[in-house]
Amino acid sequence: MSNEQHTERGRIRVTGFDPEQVRQRDSLSDWTEESGGETEGRFERAWKRFKRNRTALIGLFVVAVLTLLAVFARPITMMGMTVQPFSLAPYDPTTIMYMSPESSAGTYDSPTLSHPMGTDGDGRDLFSRVLYGGRYSISIGFIVVGLSATFGLVYGAISGYYGGWTDEILMRIVDTVYAFPGLILALIIVATLGGGYWQLVAAFAIPGWITYARLIRGEVLTIKENEYVMAAKALGARDRSVIFKHIVPNAMPPLIVYGTLNIGTVVIGVAALGFLGLGMPPGTAEWGTMLDQTRETLIQGPGGAIPWWATVFPGGAIFLFVMAMNMIGDGVNDAFDAQETGIEGQGGG
Amino acid sequence: MSLRRFILKRLLSIVPILFGVSVITFALVHLTPGDPISQMTATNPHMTAADEAQMRARYGLDGPVWEQYLTWMGNVLTGDFGEVISSGQDVSSVIIARLPETIALGLFGWVFGLVIAIPTGIYAAINKDQIADTVSRFVALSGISIPNFWLGLMLILIGALWLEIWTVLPPSRLPLYHPQMLFYLILPGITIGTAAAASIMRVMRTSMAEELNKEYVTAARAKGLPERQVILKHVLRNSLISVVTLAATLTASIVAGSVVVEVVFNWPGLGREFIEAINQREINLIMAITLFTGVFIVLANLLADILYAVLDPRIRYE
Repeated sequence: MSNEQHTERGRIRVTGFDPEQVRQRDSLSDWTEESGGETEGRFERAWKRFKRNRTALIGLFVVAVLTLLAVFARPITMMGMTVQPFSLAPYDPTTIMYMSPESSAGTYDSPTLSHPMGTDGDGRDLFSRVLYGGRYSISIGFIVVGLSATFGLVYGAISGYYGGWTDEILMRIVDTVYAFPGLILALIIVATLGGGYWQLVAAFAIPGWITYARLIRGEVLTIKENEYVMAAKALGARDRSVIFKHIVPNAMPPLIVYGTLNIGTVVIGVAALGFLGLGMPPGTAEWGTMLDQTRETLIQGPGGAIPWWATVFPGGAIFLFVMAMNMIGDGVNDAFDAQETGIEGQGGG
Repeated sequence: MSLRRFILKRLLSIVPILFGVSVITFALVHLTPGDPISQMTATNPHMTAADEAQMRARYGLDGPVWEQYLTWMGNVLTGDFGEVISSGQDVSSVIIARLPETIALGLFGWVFGLVIAIPTGIYAAINKDQIADTVSRFVALSGISIPNFWLGLMLILIGALWLEIWTVLPPSRLPLYHPQMLFYLILPGITIGTAAAASIMRVMRTSMAEELNKEYVTAARAKGLPERQVILKHVLRNSLISVVTLAATLTASIVAGSVVVEVVFNWPGLGREFIEAINQREINLIMAITLFTGVFIVLANLLADILYAVLDPRIRYE
């Protein structure tokens, strides 16, 4: 048997196996190591599609501009240091024009060159206030979505992955909070904590994580049946790394889509609370709070000229931002092709 | 699982949900400093500490929170939601008086939404990727993005102050069933229905466009059915499934919307009452309205699930 092929592998002698033959035989699929390197990830592909979406890019541009305007509206000082020295807004948002000697403006002045959006019922420059007002709404929107998405992600992933009793209990909690319609729980929380910046964040983050948890749980339930999850478990990966390294990355697209659209919803909600007089303290240059101040005048009819500018501009700013945010959200949705999580079923505060 | 058992199971699960809702609300409201009684004490110099204690005892506002909760719960189970402290009215009678106003408003908005959205959605789907479709998509996106309170203010500004078609508020408030009230329902109704209309329109368009690509449509066309019949008899029926479900779910957003819209238009419904209750810390009223809307939301969601299952026989309930 001297012509029989054999291979030596350490101390094991393999007979009847020719490595040359394996190397030369036809491959079972088209896969080669090079092609594997060229495959784009899901996120790269989504980004490429997103870049081609003109509507979404316009939205991104508008959001960026509004954010920059809000940041550079007035100088920002932190702990005595001026972090941001620029000042795009001509006046301080709280300056009452007729109190300052160099201005002749009164209350409810119509738009002029020196006050492009007119003045409000207290004689403050509306243009400065609208620019500055973005700081509240926009930053609260992003913070709330960040907080609730993070918490909802962990919560939903745990619930979906472990199933059984854990899932049952965690989901009953979710169902309970879900039974509060939109703004009601936020209203109760703000009534409890009082108005203010972080109170508003809490008011929207506390009911906000629910949808993320439900979304992620649903995704995890399907993803955990995949073979690669079983493979990871078989290789001895710990639960934590199975969940966060293997399952969660694949559950991200619907979460990102919902998160983008959610920013707009939160911004409307914050403004709605401001409008109801429960958000920031009265007089704050927050978009919704500004509308609250002009509503009475509008309803009673001021006798004479109607100060439409005091209603049109702050509300228009909210509308513009939310619209742009939703355009981005739609674009992200198309890019991921995750049709099951659209904008539908929310909106309108 | 049969549909009956599914419904029964879901109905039973409402009980713990409502219990949870009541506990959360009760705890939050009781964490809030101040209530109508302490306001009375602060504004009325004749009220002594003894009077205050007596009033608290009368309204069940003394003792630890859990005890107060149990008392409240016991009363609610016998159908007694307590009194509005500042006015002495029965909470249930306040709700019964306000509810028709909110229902009228919500119903108007909901019907407005469906009437506008379904034909527009169909039209957009048939003319997919043409100008009409692009325009309607843009309009729908605006409808979702517009804050309802601002829309209401703008409608007042345009309809009442500039065009002077409406007076801002009905001249002297007429009873709700007066035919003229229908006219005054238009502005708040549009305000509350716009977001719903926009959502339904988008879903209608998407699901219809999806159905139009299916093979049975080609088959129907191939056998020579007129296009009108293909759309109305075959495609519309299938694409309405998701719309009907969404319409049931949207009642929740209409309920939430009514809070803000009623404040904008001074509409004397439950939503405005809720805001007043929050401002005055009327605990019983806050509790009752929250529970009431909670029941409503849970039932609406259940209805959506049932409709979905009934309309699409492929759906299995678990």
